[in-house]
Amino acid sequence: MKTWLDAWPVFRQLTGPDPLGRGRAARSKDTESVVARTATADRVVQSVCPYCSVGCAQRVYVKDERVVQIEGDPDSPVNRGRLCPKGSASKSLVTSPTRVTKVRYRRPYGTEWEDLDLDTAMEMIADRVLDARRRYWQDECDGKRVNRTMGIASLGGAALDNEENYLMKKLYSAMGAIQIENQARI
Amino acid sequence: MNSDCIVIEGSNMAECHPVAFQWVTEAKARGAKVVHVDPRFTRTSAIADLHVPLRAGSDIVFLGALVNHVLSNDLFFRDYVVAYTNASSIIREEFQDAEDLDGLFSGWDPDSKQYDQASWQYEVEDTPGGGVAEDDPAGAAEQERLSQHESVKDSDQAHASGSGGPPLHGRAKRDETLQHPRCVFQVLKRHFARYTPEMVAEVCGVEPEAFLKVAEWITANSGRERTTAFVYSVGWTQHTVGAQYIRTASILQALLGNMGRPGGGILALRGHASIQGSTDIPTLYNLLPGYLPMPHAVQHQSLDDYTADAAGTGGFWGNKRAYAVSLLKAWWGDAATPENDFCFDYVPKITGDHSSYRTVADMIEGKVAGYFLAGENPTVGHANGRMQRFGLANLEWLVVRDLQMIESASFWQTAPEIETGELVTDQIATEVFFMPAASHVEKDGTFTQTQRMLQWRFKAIEPPGDCRSDLWFYFHLGRILRERLKDSTDPRDRPLLDLTWDYPLHGETQDPSADAVLREINGVGPDGRALSGYLDLKDDGSTTSGCWIYSGVYADEVNQAARKRPGREQGQVASEWGWSWPYNRRVLYNRASADPDGKPWSERKKYVWWDAEAGRWASTGDAVDFEATKPPDYVPPPGAKAQAALSGRDPFVMQSDGKAWLFAPKGVVDGPLPTHYEPAESPVGNALYAVQANPTTEHIQAPYNREAPSSGDVFPYSVTTYRLTEHHTAGAMSRTLPYLSELQPEFFVEVSPELAAERGLENGGWATVVSPRAAIEARVLVTERIRPLRTRGGKVVHQIGAPYHWGEVGISTGDSANDLLPVVMDPNTHIQESKASTVDIRPGRRPRGPELTELLEEYRSRAGIASGRMPVGGRVAVEGT
Amino acid sequence: MTTVSSASPAFTGKDPQNRLFGPLPDVAAEAGYQEDHPARVGFFTDTSVCIGCKACEVACKEWNTLPMDDSYGTRDTLGLSGMSYDNTGQLGANTWRHVAFIEQVRTVDLPMPSVGPPPDAAASRRDGIVDAPDEAEPGDSVVTAQTSVLNAEALSEYDPQTSQSGDREIRWLMASDVCKHCTHAGCLDVCPTGALFRTEFGTVVVQGDICNGCGYCVPSCPYGVINQRKDDGRVFKCTMCYDRLTDGLQPACATACPTQSIQFGNLDELQARADARLETLKRQGVETARLYGRDEDDGVGGNGAFFLLLDEPEVYGLPPDPIVTTRDLPAMWRSAAAAAAMMVGVALSAVLGSRRR
Repeated sequence: MKTWLDAWPVFRQLTGPDPLGRGRAARSKDTESVVARTATADRVVQSVCPYCSVGCAQRVYVKDERVVQIEGDPDSPVNRGRLCPKGSASKSLVTSPTRVTKVRYRRPYGTEWEDLDLDTAMEMIADRVLDARRRYWQDECDGKRVNRTMGIASLGGAALDNEENYLMKKLYSAMGAIQIENQARI
Repeated sequence: MNSDCIVIEGSNMAECHPVAFQWVTEAKARGAKVVHVDPRFTRTSAIADLHVPLRAGSDIVFLGALVNHVLSNDLFFRDYVVAYTNASSIIREEFQDAEDLDGLFSGWDPDSKQYDQASWQYEVEDTPGGGVAEDDPAGAAEQERLSQHESVKDSDQAHASGSGGPPLHGRAKRDETLQHPRCVFQVLKRHFARYTPEMVAEVCGVEPEAFLKVAEWITANSGRERTTAFVYSVGWTQHTVGAQYIRTASILQALLGNMGRPGGGILALRGHASIQGSTDIPTLYNLLPGYLPMPHAVQHQSLDDYTADAAGTGGFWGNKRAYAVSLLKAWWGDAATPENDFCFDYVPKITGDHSSYRTVADMIEGKVAGYFLAGENPTVGHANGRMQRFGLANLEWLVVRDLQMIESASFWQTAPEIETGELVTDQIATEVFFMPAASHVEKDGTFTQTQRMLQWRFKAIEPPGDCRSDLWFYFHLGRILRERLKDSTDPRDRPLLDLTWDYPLHGETQDPSADAVLREINGVGPDGRALSGYLDLKDDGSTTSGCWIYSGVYADEVNQAARKRPGREQGQVASEWGWSWPYNRRVLYNRASADPDGKPWSERKKYVWWDAEAGRWASTGDAVDFEATKPPDYVPPPGAKAQAALSGRDPFVMQSDGKAWLFAPKGVVDGPLPTHYEPAESPVGNALYAVQANPTTEHIQAPYNREAPSSGDVFPYSVTTYRLTEHHTAGAMSRTLPYLSELQPEFFVEVSPELAAERGLENGGWATVVSPRAAIEARVLVTERIRPLRTRGGKVVHQIGAPYHWGEVGISTGDSANDLLPVVMDPNTHIQESKASTVDIRPGRRPRGPELTELLEEYRSRAGIASGRMPVGGRVAVEGT
Repeated sequence: MTTVSSASPAFTGKDPQNRLFGPLPDVAAEAGYQEDHPARVGFFTDTSVCIGCKACEVACKEWNTLPMDDSYGTRDTLGLSGMSYDNTGQLGANTWRHVAFIEQVRTVDLPMPSVGPPPDAAASRRDGIVDAPDEAEPGDSVVTAQTSVLNAEALSEYDPQTSQSGDREIRWLMASDVCKHCTHAGCLDVCPTGALFRTEFGTVVVQGDICNGCGYCVPSCPYGVINQRKDDGRVFKCTMCYDRLTDGLQPACATACPTQSIQFGNLDELQARADARLETLKRQGVETARLYGRDEDDGVGGNGAFFLLLDEPEVYGLPPDPIVTTRDLPAMWRSAAAAAAMMVGVALSAVLGSRRR
């Protein structure tokens, strides 16, 4: 009976220390159960902002295998927990509803995107790499040994990890591709 | 934060690196002067003590005048300059300066448009063995000769020389009184003598008073007790003389004694999360990991050829063979043996310029079959977006890896050239694979930030759907290729088949272990244990290292980049957060923070010093960038090699002579000293020399890349492109997000009230900006923050600011500023000139469809430029370079 | 209509019976919280170090999952405002932090290159009058002149957001605005449903599960902060991240702010810090610096979120002398009660009178 009455703001207002009903007496059910989603996260993962090159550390809060919040890591001597507008938008970036999450394929002379299975796409790309590599292969150039293919070019790396750049350069070099560039050239 | 004065030039730090700017505001709060030198008054200028508006493309005059001011008023840090720079080195008698030849240096070959650098060399001591041993004098001489080969110089020689500059042979004659007429100091003095405050006023449009204030601040805040820092970004690099901009600042900072000292230096603020990493471990055509050059077919047919230049040189580049062999062992493992030159032959060879823009020109000619785009959107982010789109339309196949649908993937649907009819969707043959990528929280790995620090990110969640990391993509692509070829007997396939390509795979998606890759980059010794650093590397094949400068990142079998000891628990250097190359050093060349005898220059600027009692170098917390126990009085014995050939007073340990180079006797293809040239497209003539623009500039002459004549009246205004805080590069990571899009919702250009009045532009209204390449429309922001500048003869130069983030796809869309730009490039770096070109501006929106093409043709014909009409499909040949 | 004498206690704030005006030492206790409630918290926004990056706007929206700004339909949802770098316009139901940008210019005498206006114009600029660039076409609401009146006399070279730029002095003021969490909050006082309440931290928060969208609070805010969403009419504004506070975190905007322009903390500590900062700036010669919302004797009893400004409040779009709209409520109620009593008396006499008949 008491609990039931307590749930009634007017009762609280008339009987409690908030006669004007502008504070404690006015608290709603949602307010009483408010909790920050940082507090209910399953885990907090240490990361680094993906935008510019300052290298601001981030804390990534994960709940039910979804990112629920990203903010600056106060432990970092680089950013001391602070982030710029782009870094602050990191959660939107990784949870963006417009992110493309399925392979898209446009056939030669096609007018629309089509669906394509990931494994099939990988096999098709491998086919094309081997074909271009062979067709554009040069053993020599102007009498000098070059061991390379001029049919395959690549652009990108500045937004990727060191480990990824390393595998890219290693694989491209082994396949003989040399026209490998990234944003650092720009 | 330790600086007493900070000059931000060629960078808009508060807008593009806001979180780093907190350290500038803190320095300022403690009394440091902050100067912003920039064509536009930006959010950085607002917080600075002084904003110096200068004409885009005139920085060498401004900086050169500061050099002149320092030299002619005897304001340089003499003890530092004499001991630590090449000021006293004597240059050959044949050398002729740009002052002598009206804008050219000696050695100019008008046919090849290149320099023979022989006359720029030091005069060498006659006595051999003056310190540096020549193991293979003949081999080194041959390399020397080949290094002047045209295609070698084409292929980005400065970079190819590694992070330490090119090798030198023999010991230079010196005059420590700095009086010899041919010593670097005197050469420098003569070279910059005409770079006066009045010249700054005429060329840059800067009031002498403002110039002198900057001069006063930087000199008052340099020396034993104080330090000044320079901060730059692509506002310096994106010019046809970009490398020389940075050289000028280096000269100034070396003269002021601000290198290798706390609060000093020249900070490059880079624009992408790991653009530093992608240069260290280069997805670049002319480099192998750790700034080893990509072998050149003319120079490097064998490992001996490849390492001959380093065999006798001083400094840490003297160990090049150990670095190279360890890399080859990391890649080809047991297959790499001393007998087969450690598979050196497997590494493909370059034969000239294979840089991005050149490759796109090749695509347009139909010479390239397939193209991978990994997190880059060149149709928006690169100069001359039209050229990029014509390139993509002439491929056989294209693989795009990104988070969001980008313009470079959907060009066959959304390109502006579809509207003009220059491209027709169902006639474009390019097959496109869009392979969705994992985001930064969906994979483990390291980024290298702008101060060379590697920071590990832990994977937070699995990527959605088909999204995969690039580690996954390239590993599995390699795995499939190797499976396809496993029965091949073709020797061409050996490099793929012998590749070490075995990494632990995790989880349902079989993602390779980034940790294992990082350990391979670090390298292991003969005992199979992770190496502690590059000093452990051997040239006999007993060690491996995927990137020698990163060796040590996995020291003690611990991922040092993943160290996250809170900053507040550490001193200012915070060396236990992440890991910096090399050897976790935070301030490079920090031996220079102590005097030649190893004592700090001052108590206030104490950083590194020689502890005689302990017999080793000590520091306030940083790793010492010097051999730990080499005393200041060490003199190299005859026959010493590599680092042993440098004395205890040579702080610049990557240079072959251990000195900071005021004059570059080698390695910079457009001159040993920075010289003012106008941008390729400039509203004014060169006030200093008969030579208008950098004579070694790289051009691509084709209908899609027409250039405007300088000082013309059809394209009378200077345009400069830039970023905004609210967006990121080509927009895929910002124009697709609602909260960022609404902050800067539309493409706009910034103009002064004077230009607005001259051309009838209205704030908030539309304008069309026209260059010889493209016509684009933008909203107009009329602002007093853009200021017309008065230059020589009273000529008023109007500048237009154009942020380049926009394209056709996303929440916030608009025309792309980069479409305006010509592809004209710095010959050292092959970086395009984005920061200064010429345009016209007119009120109203641009025409649509074929009318747009006609408008451009009309403009070109009026300016006397050849037709830029493209055939449908865009397949044309390059006419010249 | 009843008039209230300006000598009435309500105006001085000294009326112990008037809980709607004047200084209030403990707003939370006033709202019924026990003595051990947390200290009153607030924002001190020091605009002199703001770099206009808008991290606060984004961090706020990310944490509170706010919709994109709709700009109240006054312009295209995604359109350039033409007002310097400000494209979100003002605080509202979907924008709880808003960064204002104000560009000010005056010319100074310098030798050599200058493309400044003729001497006459320069003189007039020094007088603080700057011609706006081309006037807007009639009917084009997008166009807004950017330059504003400059407090030229008081400007000093030490002014943190001023920089000499060639022959001009340019000041680009940037300031992040937010709900003031007033000591006497008009919105809270007029809310008929109890949707608005004061928290144990002394902040003022809307409870979405109670608000019925009546909109009474909207005109009651002297700053024009609180506003309704177009869909269901409920009101929204800054909560000072009430949920984060319960987890011991700072509000999202203060956490992100790169230059500590936005500082969060116990209000008394912030006030002390702000006083010290003001003193420093004054000592450096920044005569125009002033605190806004710091004074407990002002029309709202002082703000929980207060500011250091470098120019008049109007320049930033802030009211110069805000007064809580319910200031006169007690007096009005007294008058109303008297009126009601009179009406009752009239009615009674009428009834009684009729009975006499």
